[in-house]
Amino acid sequence: MNEATLEIPYEIPEGARNPVEPFLRMDRMPHIWCAGCGIGTTVNCFTRALLDSKANLDKVAIVSGIGCTGRVAGYARLDSFHTTHGRAIPFATGLKLANPELQVVVYSGDGDLFAIGGNHFIHAARRNMDLKVICVNNMIYAMTGGQTAPTTPATAITATSPYGVSEPTFNLVALAEAAGASYVARWTTYHVKQLARSMEEVLKKKGFCFIEVISPCPTLYQRRNKMGDGLDAMKDYKAKSKVRNGAPTGECTLSKTGEIVVGKFVDRERPDYLELLKAQMIESLGDRYVEPEEACCSEC
Amino acid sequence: MVERFASRIPTVGGIFIQMEDELAASITIQGAVWGGAKAFTVTSGPGFSLMMEHIGYAAMTETPCVFVNVQRGGPSTGLPTLPAQADMMQARWGSHGDYGIIALCPNSPQECFDLTITAFNLSEEFRVPVMMMLDECVGHMTEKVVIPEAEKIAVTPRRYTTQPPEEFRAFEPKGDMVPDMVKAGDGYRFHVTGLTHDERGYPSMNVETQDRLVRRLLDKLKPLANGRALCETEGLDDADVVVVSYGITSRVAQRALQMARQRGIRAGKFRLISAWPFPAERIRELAGRVKAFVVPEINLGQMVYEVERAAAGKAKVIPVSHAGGTVHKPEAILKAIVEAAQ
Repeated sequence: MNEATLEIPYEIPEGARNPVEPFLRMDRMPHIWCAGCGIGTTVNCFTRALLDSKANLDKVAIVSGIGCTGRVAGYARLDSFHTTHGRAIPFATGLKLANPELQVVVYSGDGDLFAIGGNHFIHAARRNMDLKVICVNNMIYAMTGGQTAPTTPATAITATSPYGVSEPTFNLVALAEAAGASYVARWTTYHVKQLARSMEEVLKKKGFCFIEVISPCPTLYQRRNKMGDGLDAMKDYKAKSKVRNGAPTGECTLSKTGEIVVGKFVDRERPDYLELLKAQMIESLGDRYVEPEEACCSEC
Repeated sequence: MVERFASRIPTVGGIFIQMEDELAASITIQGAVWGGAKAFTVTSGPGFSLMMEHIGYAAMTETPCVFVNVQRGGPSTGLPTLPAQADMMQARWGSHGDYGIIALCPNSPQECFDLTITAFNLSEEFRVPVMMMLDECVGHMTEKVVIPEAEKIAVTPRRYTTQPPEEFRAFEPKGDMVPDMVKAGDGYRFHVTGLTHDERGYPSMNVETQDRLVRRLLDKLKPLANGRALCETEGLDDADVVVVSYGITSRVAQRALQMARQRGIRAGKFRLISAWPFPAERIRELAGRVKAFVVPEINLGQMVYEVERAAAGKAKVIPVSHAGGTVHKPEAILKAIVEAAQ
């Protein structure tokens, strides 16, 4: 790279820093994400949401699985857990049950949450476990070299589908709604304001909340499919996305070149897992029920 | 075990959750641990295979937790609800990579109670997953159990750090090679990963960090391998033959040992209670002064290889194998003792 391109054409006041820096482990920068990748944009939105929600950051925990988005937990200056492939949700379930005052955010990718981890997603949604699940959907297994994921649109070329994907793609928002999620939204990394607002909303909402973020993978998905770079993805998202709040999620299936329906699709009230548990135990056991204040014993 | 726990735990301030599968159960308990709870899960047969990845995760992230495996015949679906002891090597080596674990083998309902407490205590002390390796017979056995008063039960508390967050490094080992614990929500903003990590808990994929971390994961268990190994012995002072056994097989071996002594054979008992880390030094010492070891187990040869390795050719090692489905006949073990004594 030419030295001249690194020059910043304006003065940075001494001591000035990006307002999201306190939310990040700056001692781990630079991050591993490629130029044009959308994950960093979603993290920026998330930190904005934390800032705007005025959440007590000591009580926010973030859990990731494996993959490019799986690395988010490692950069967030929160109590953060980088778990195994597909198992961020059950780990987060245990964390939440042991300490219900924690706000537990699951931040992971489409392959992690919906292929290997799909079973846990539907059951956590069914239980209405109080977890905020943010799925960065780049439509491919990116970390491992661009293999087909359950979210890869039909006909797309990938490392393992050199002649084009023949399988139908997963409609994540329909799945989330059908399984019982209390909140379901989808945005793209072009919709930074709307995404940050949705993230702020779920931080204030109880129950199982799901946000899908369509995000570019210029290195593996777009390159193989001749879709240009990160900027081209933004232009594409701008042109093809249509905000339809409350749209029936069954009509929101994504395709390789078709419309991208975005918006908040579901926002409903259901008692969450711990509320249901408590009610059932009181119903059955009455005074014999001892509420798990803190599941920890007094000596610890 | 699960049915009793589900019935009792809501009356004592705990939570039972029936997860969707063993992958989930084996990592939900670890989330609970980092949230400040003590947690365990229970399985048998194929379920134990499904839990292997998270046994590795618990070892790598030094998450204290307990796995109970009531062993049945395998491989695959094998012999549901019929006994075996064929998961002993899986308990030690089942997850990929190098790591250490603790495995305890009760042989009675009383020991199931007592050793479960020990399992939790050891998991806190060494910060490793601890396996309770029952077999179907011990798992389904009905016997008198004396439950002591709660205040008489020694409980090892979790060793939480006393350092302030700005000084605390989540995976910095202390004098016993075990780092102090921390839990979510206390303002430490710590990071836990299954990737090779440095003392801060940050991923660090280089040869030096890998060597330092993985060696420590094994070395921290050395005190338990040697001086503090849990075992029950009898008649070793004058023994020519030592029967090494564990779990239900140790109770069958007890009968064989009686019959051998009645015939004038100087046979002694070495019952493994902590099977892993394997008490190699104890076996090595015995190997120098006995003729032979007889190792009955309900598998086609697992712990017998450890006995062989420790004996290092100084004494004969005779397996008494059994493919599972029932226990040994005492006569089969006696036959091996008689042969060994010749």
